[in-house]
Amino acid sequence: MSTARAEVLRRVRAALAHRPPAPDVPRDYRRSGGPGDLDLFADRLRDYRARVRLTTPDEVTAAVVAALRERGLRQVVAAPGVPAAWVPDDIRSDDHHTAGGVVTACHVAIAETGTIVLDHDARDQGARALTLLPDYHLVVVRREQVVAGVPDAVAALAGVRTQTWVSGPSATSDIELERVEGVHGPRTLEVVVVR
Amino acid sequence: MTFLGMPSRNLVGEPFPRAARAALGNAQLRRNLAKATGTIRAKRASVVAEVPDWAGLRAAGAAIKDAVLADLDTHLLRLEEALTARGTTVHWARDAEEAARVVTELVTATGTTEVIKVKSMATAEIGLNDALAAAGVRAVETDLAELIVQLGDDRPSHILVPAIHRGRAEIRDLFRREMPGVDPDLPDDPAALAEAARRYLRHKFTTVDVAISGANFAVADSGALVVVESEGNGRMCLTLPRTLISVVGIEKLVPTWQDLEVFLQLLPRSSTGERMNPYTSVWTGPTEGQTSHVVLVDNGRTATLADPRGRAALRCIRCSACLNSCPVYERTGGHAYGSVYPGPIGAVLSPQLTGVRHNKTLPFASSLCGVCYDVCPVAIDIPSMLVHLRGEVARTTAPNAESAAMRALAWAMSDSRRWARALRAGRLGRALGRRRDRIGRLPPPLSAWTDARDLPRPPRQTFRDWWETR
Ligand code: SF4
Repeated sequence: MSTARAEVLRRVRAALAHRPPAPDVPRDYRRSGGPGDLDLFADRLRDYRARVRLTTPDEVTAAVVAALRERGLRQVVAAPGVPAAWVPDDIRSDDHHTAGGVVTACHVAIAETGTIVLDHDARDQGARALTLLPDYHLVVVRREQVVAGVPDAVAALAGVRTQTWVSGPSATSDIELERVEGVHGPRTLEVVVVR
Repeated sequence: MTFLGMPSRNLVGEPFPRAARAALGNAQLRRNLAKATGTIRAKRASVVAEVPDWAGLRAAGAAIKDAVLADLDTHLLRLEEALTARGTTVHWARDAEEAARVVTELVTATGTTEVIKVKSMATAEIGLNDALAAAGVRAVETDLAELIVQLGDDRPSHILVPAIHRGRAEIRDLFRREMPGVDPDLPDDPAALAEAARRYLRHKFTTVDVAISGANFAVADSGALVVVESEGNGRMCLTLPRTLISVVGIEKLVPTWQDLEVFLQLLPRSSTGERMNPYTSVWTGPTEGQTSHVVLVDNGRTATLADPRGRAALRCIRCSACLNSCPVYERTGGHAYGSVYPGPIGAVLSPQLTGVRHNKTLPFASSLCGVCYDVCPVAIDIPSMLVHLRGEVARTTAPNAESAAMRALAWAMSDSRRWARALRAGRLGRALGRRRDRIGRLPPPLSAWTDARDLPRPPRQTFRDWWETR
């Protein structure tokens, strides 16, 4: 094993015998776009055929509960840190293997690409399997979490060890290039955007 | 043990002209490919046009990769240190055989007889599935297209949509025949087929305890690994099994987390033509109680690095934009290239990984129209590299006049202004050849080329112009 390591490093150094100077990286692109446009974010999400609900800070709980009821879910899990009131007792479950839906918050969201990023070390976002096995994922995004572009999100995610970037529901185009939503992840993504 | 004497058979097939002739006779393949590449080309073009700073991102992407390559030893050591500090065990492999052996030993040590796999070019390159099978371990591909290919005992024909050569009815028949527990009346609509795969694989995800992945990016300063995907099978494999083994080519590094702000824009738009792919997973060290291993693979990459004129092929982020744009690929498909890396990038990367002696025809599998360079998100100048490799092929075979011609052509093409001038000269040549549509002879040293064949009269519009405007 260590001989392989030594040999690969030796080959790398031999290949670079003349030490090409490392080029300076031109950062000639939009580095920071600031806060994201909520309407653009909602448009992008709909483009992926995610469901979008816009609401206000006072009505988040009502919006979440209404979404879950409309969906007709009987068992819903939630990340441990989300407000208890979001999931009514009669449908609350703690088994993500059998639950039909899951509710979480997020770490950051990107308007330009319609992306939501989960930090799996955060209590209101939960471990990775939680948002993977149920067929329906409802995520609550607060206005200050929505940034303009990818560089803003990458900056906000520095140091976050375990992340999942979600852009619409799971999808495949593997059969004759026809898009099918939902192969392995949740087949429906619903986003409650808090203005 | 050296790769030169023993080219991985996953990078070499039968000579391209012969394989291409067979592929060209397959009408279904050509229809599917034309539809697929045409659709993805259009999607890519529209989402790339949406980004006002695409040229800046492309320049940054190329420079970041060049910077990594220029100090690859330092970055590899930093990555190793970061991974080890987090609790991941790092292994190194000089060639395909060694990489496959390391992974196989790790797998058999767990006592499992089955592993689940995230689609990964690197594991295809090292022939991992065969190595595992020889040790009595079944590798289950979990990407839908890879699963179709695997059930059909077939080979992938495209990096991104490996089963693009199969029609829906064929896939239905395959599932009915090969997928345990499938509905015998399974219909052939893609949603039903995807649902069948979902059910079959869900069982595997929740019962198989070892997963094997690649990585799209490895961040040297933190040890974060990144997998970019669409279906969610990657998330399943990365999350559920207790042991995760990731096979990573040594060129997959980026220096810092921040550099991903460039690649997470370049890759999805160039690849599937989406603003962002459905799922990207990032993990740093073993997560949620898992055991994690990383196998760093050379297998010809250091030889590629050693050639200053071929080195840039290692920038490749496997987006497949060059495949979808290539008029040769669109007609022959991936199988004709005989390598796990097909298309324009395959035509330069495969011969470099194996040594050109072992892959003499691939550098000629191109019309040098240049579209691949234009669409490449990390600005790999594939046409110039092909010409350079043609020169290498000529140099390593018998020295003859053709190799001199190739070197002259390589010289003309190595500078864009020179090449533009040559093209214009070609248009002038048209006037000379007005009577016939062939040019008989060129002056030396290019005569070595025209002695053997007629040079077609240059068209009014260059191919590059026509392909872009059609
Ligand atoms: S060579 Fe460029 S265009 Fe082709 S797959 Fe690699 S990164 Fe993409």
